[in-house]
Amino acid sequence: MNTRLLPFAGFVLVLALLGFGIWWSSTHDLREVPSPLIGKPAPAFALPLLDEPGRSFGSKELAGQPYLLNVFASWCFACRDEHPILMQEGKKLGIKLVGFDYKDEAADAKRWLAQYGNPYDVVIADLPGDIAIDFGVTGAPETFLVDADGVIRYKYISPITPEVIATQLLPRIAAMKNGVAR
Amino acid sequence: MKKWLVSAMLSFALCVIALAAVDPLPFKDRAEEVRFQNLTKQLRCLVCQNESLNDSSAPLAADLRRDVFEQMRAGKSDADIKQWLTARYSDFVLYDPPLRSATWLLWFGPALILLVGGCAVFMTIRRRATQRVDAPTPLAEDDW
Repeated sequence: MNTRLLPFAGFVLVLALLGFGIWWSSTHDLREVPSPLIGKPAPAFALPLLDEPGRSFGSKELAGQPYLLNVFASWCFACRDEHPILMQEGKKLGIKLVGFDYKDEAADAKRWLAQYGNPYDVVIADLPGDIAIDFGVTGAPETFLVDADGVIRYKYISPITPEVIATQLLPRIAAMKNGVAR
Repeated sequence: MKKWLVSAMLSFALCVIALAAVDPLPFKDRAEEVRFQNLTKQLRCLVCQNESLNDSSAPLAADLRRDVFEQMRAGKSDADIKQWLTARYSDFVLYDPPLRSATWLLWFGPALILLVGGCAVFMTIRRRATQRVDAPTPLAEDDW
């Protein structure tokens, strides 16, 4: 073998490594931190309702039924992309859609929902962001699928798309409904 | 002289901004503060992933700093606090990843590459050494 090609081979190797790095970061969302909570019980929580701050709503009221917890906020730009999808397809899911208003002023959130529509069955507000930390929320939008036993089955970071609903959420919801006797 | 004054003022302003970016916490003494700084430097901010929890001015980082502080006050050890965080945010919050089968390549990869490179260098040197013995002074046949 021609040893003079060795430095060139080394150069190609480094190039391949850097190229792989570029490819990896362009095909993977680096924000998608794997959640250690999947397959584990959702944290117990009770938060004030957005429309009725005096009343609290949480895991006790949601026990025994599957639900989709969608973290949103009026300050969140990406939530505006997600919102029309939830408006159109939220009812298709066939489970309760819980809006989780994250670190948001109630007045802003109410105005936002009045302007773009309210796809949620119930909206709870976490102004200090403590319950969000228990859920391992890193930002908005994030979405959690919780089954009737209160176990987190799936988490999605960044805006939900019709594709995510069709390929990730609906099959899991169907499996959850069929596996009632489990 | 004027230049010196301007740069002094600028650096002072920058220091003030840097201090203002991090919310003050009511540390009871210097030891507690050192422990807090030391711990939060080992933790990654989930929002700006290239910043530590100690440096980041993201609202989530401020919330987590407050939680870390409160748990320190409640008498939790550093290991307890790290476990509390990894239960929510996975090992990703730790700048120092734990050693387990999934992280072997991460931990020993550099040593592996060093070993491969070392072997390559060793073999090249040995081959050149034997070449010199077998075919002495090929340069002598050159014109110059």
